[in-house]
Amino acid sequence: MFGLKADWSLEVFERYFTIGDYAGGEARWCPGCGDHGVLTAAQRVLRDEQQKPELSVCVSGIGCSSRMPHYLGTYGFHGLHGRALPLACGIKSRRPDLDVWVATGDGDCFSIGTAHWIHALRYNMNMTLMVFDNAIYGLTKAQTSPTSPLGFKTNTHPFGAIVDPLNPLTVTLGITNVSFVAQVTDWNPPLLYETLKAAYRHRGTGFVRIIQRCPVYAEEVSKALQGDPSRFLLLEHTQGIPVDPSAQRQFPQRREHDPGDLAQAFRIAADPSLIPVGLLYHNPNAPCYEDLSSQGTKMTSQERLERFDGILDRLTI
Amino acid sequence: MSTAATKPLSPQEQTDTPSAVQRIGEHIVEIVSDSGEGAQKAGQTFGTICARMGNGVWTVEIIPAEIQPPARSPAGASGIRIRLASHNVTNMGDEADTVVAFNEQVLYSRIANGAYKRGTVVLLEDKWRDDPVPEIRAQYAKAVREFRENGLIVHELPIEQACLEIMSNPRRGKNMFVLGMLCHIYSRDIQKAKDEIATTFKRKDAEVIALNHRLFDAGLAFAAEHLDACYEVPPRPEEETRDKRFIVTNGNQALALGVMASGMELVSMYPITPATSASHYLADVFHEVGGFVHQAEDEIAAIGFAIGSSFAGKTACTITSGPGLALKTEMVALAVMAEIPLVLAVVQRGGPSTGLPTKVEQGDLLAALYGEPGDAPKVVIAAATIQECLHFVIMARRLAEAFRTPVILLTDANLATGVQPYARPKPTPDWLAPPIDQSEWDPSVPPYDWDPETGLSPRPIPGMSGGQYILTGLAHTNFSKVAYDSDSNQVGCNMRSRKLTALASTLKPPQVHGDEEGDLLLVGWGSTLGAIEEAVDRARAQGHRVSSLHLRFLSPMEPGLGEIFARFGKVMTIEINYSDAPDAPLITAETRRYAQLAWLLRAHTLLDIDCWSVVYGHPLQPGMIHNVILKRLTAPQDVGDKTEKEGGTD
Repeated sequence: MFGLKADWSLEVFERYFTIGDYAGGEARWCPGCGDHGVLTAAQRVLRDEQQKPELSVCVSGIGCSSRMPHYLGTYGFHGLHGRALPLACGIKSRRPDLDVWVATGDGDCFSIGTAHWIHALRYNMNMTLMVFDNAIYGLTKAQTSPTSPLGFKTNTHPFGAIVDPLNPLTVTLGITNVSFVAQVTDWNPPLLYETLKAAYRHRGTGFVRIIQRCPVYAEEVSKALQGDPSRFLLLEHTQGIPVDPSAQRQFPQRREHDPGDLAQAFRIAADPSLIPVGLLYHNPNAPCYEDLSSQGTKMTSQERLERFDGILDRLTI
Repeated sequence: MSTAATKPLSPQEQTDTPSAVQRIGEHIVEIVSDSGEGAQKAGQTFGTICARMGNGVWTVEIIPAEIQPPARSPAGASGIRIRLASHNVTNMGDEADTVVAFNEQVLYSRIANGAYKRGTVVLLEDKWRDDPVPEIRAQYAKAVREFRENGLIVHELPIEQACLEIMSNPRRGKNMFVLGMLCHIYSRDIQKAKDEIATTFKRKDAEVIALNHRLFDAGLAFAAEHLDACYEVPPRPEEETRDKRFIVTNGNQALALGVMASGMELVSMYPITPATSASHYLADVFHEVGGFVHQAEDEIAAIGFAIGSSFAGKTACTITSGPGLALKTEMVALAVMAEIPLVLAVVQRGGPSTGLPTKVEQGDLLAALYGEPGDAPKVVIAAATIQECLHFVIMARRLAEAFRTPVILLTDANLATGVQPYARPKPTPDWLAPPIDQSEWDPSVPPYDWDPETGLSPRPIPGMSGGQYILTGLAHTNFSKVAYDSDSNQVGCNMRSRKLTALASTLKPPQVHGDEEGDLLLVGWGSTLGAIEEAVDRARAQGHRVSSLHLRFLSPMEPGLGEIFARFGKVMTIEINYSDAPDAPLITAETRRYAQLAWLLRAHTLLDIDCWSVVYGHPLQPGMIHNVILKRLTAPQDVGDKTEKEGGTD
């Protein structure tokens, strides 16, 4: 009917992707690990945004969370410990058409990868940066991480962690050109989904620190948090992350916070008495490095050769 | 100080030039000064004028390690050497013939480096003789006396005073005055010289150019009035230059040109001496061909960024030096393991650790081959000339993509700072990287669809529908699935290693310079090519049965070496890296540590290959190697013989 050949119509209709298109190998994280929920949330964002799987790349470092690319149906780059961000930035540099996700952990990003955490946020390339923060080194079996609480017993500090933990939020907010800083827990799936979606839609580096359970090596850390809603502060705003009733129930302490207000974001992040969840800071207009680094990608071979000839002319005697 | 390197032309080649003008085959000129006195600009301009007149030229900068070292100090010597000749020049040569010095102290470090000989003419700024500071006057008088006692011919000249007639601050202009002096001494074409000055200052206004032309004219007249010496260095034979166009660059600019000619669009780097100037030049021009220089936050990020780009289909280049190579090690291993194309140029400097940042060494060969834990086979090539710095980048990009591997391209500080004219490249579309393949990938084809014989496989690139795979540095199957089983690891290692064998099977045995058999074969790699061949030619002219061979491929090794080596009585490598002298304390044939290529060749051929290597931080000169040849040819057979002794400086 309509005079269309069947094989034409196949091309006319856009492909529709289901969750299955974003599924890779079976996740082999421990039962009860918070990473499972992050994977599901990310897959749902990809599906709901109908992101072409072949144009997505998930880049990771080393650690439990860095196994994530293996469980996605997109392209993946399981890199080196601490080095996911330089790899991800390089992917984006001449291929701004690719959608880039980064999966990293508290050890990977805040310890061995510190330099790249700071500088990649400064470059502000368009990507979604998920830091799975469980306050412990899991894959190498229970060593102190930069975010392990003071006194927390690990294999490297059997009498308890001896240095106050790093505050990743204040550090991140202090980086020039930072454009999107959010914090969320793995145990509220709707808020996790909405936060990752907002980070995905943001043009720039969407930094999301995910406070995440390690039921094997740091159960007491997450149990203490889950058992005490008074520790959290839910940030709400029309420009913030959409909050559903389940989040409001889980995080009864709430406040209005304009994510455009960097100074207030900093005060909230620096307050040791409360853990904020929601969008701390958002600047949709921060410059993205790939706008500079991808210049010239469209140039044809002929143009390159002609212009190279001009460069040679200047060196010719 | 050894014999002169000048080669007077034969009588029949000499024509009826005025008796005052002496025709010579080549000369070596130096301008030495404190930092910031413009010696390098004057020397580069002089070198370019010579190149434009058809001479063979090699210029090399004399660089102090500090940016502004104390004035009038031997360690602060800054300047340039220009070797000009009636033939193609491949190295910096031996001792200088003519030296212009802006103060006497800077000459001491050059003398210590063996840069001068008895009879070297020194044109010395004389203002220090009457300096108000008594210590300076005393230093000056003492130095001039010592120089003369050691055979230097010192002409004390009022250079600054003469410049004062033209400008109030001669420190800023005397370099062009000196250029005028040199152009008189070497009978340069005045119009070409003035054109070149105009080019040198093209970014300044016309007044600046006019002032520099006046200084140049004054220098010409001054030399005509004060100096007897006047030379003519005829151009290279016409058949070497006819219908050819030449470009003039240093080795780092050549690397940068190679990047552009290869179609690579990204160089990701972190500043490190002596590699950085390649990126300086690229940063100036790369955008014109659509490229981008990324200055990363550190060496690791620099290579990570490049690997990211390569993974995404745009093979990238990162440029570094020894300490940076060390930092990049884990990333290089990742690129090997996951078979990611990458070009890694290493401009070698003195090591270990921070070492000698501005000085040359060939000390990174073994690190390039074996720096990574585990087995990490990769392609390692070394450029032997400035021209090869350009062409080898193009080759490196192609090999990287064809063999799905990182390629390390070794150059060094000698090539990086040496400047010479060479044939202008004629790029063709096939030099450039093809556009990224974004066609569909058959999902049943694994991302590592290894040919069992060659280890080669095509690679899916993000954007190719159906090609989705997870690249990993973990041991993996052909489907890039993490695998801890013993077979998968063995197969993966086999496949990666086999690629090198496949590449080796396409290489030809290297050409021997000189006869195919003889008493001694010198084997070199990298920037020492010109000096080694010049030394071999000298020894052969004396009747010695010596030849040389220069390797460009170090991994895989070029084929047929054992067969070639067997035709010579002795085989020894000549290198700029450390080896134990055979007669050093406690050293025996068993304990001796060899130079890096010698280690490789001994293992590769199972032959008793000797070596001679030094780490004085300066390029090897033909005279030094010539002495090594003569001593080695006359030495007793026993390698450990105590009578055998070769110093690094002659």
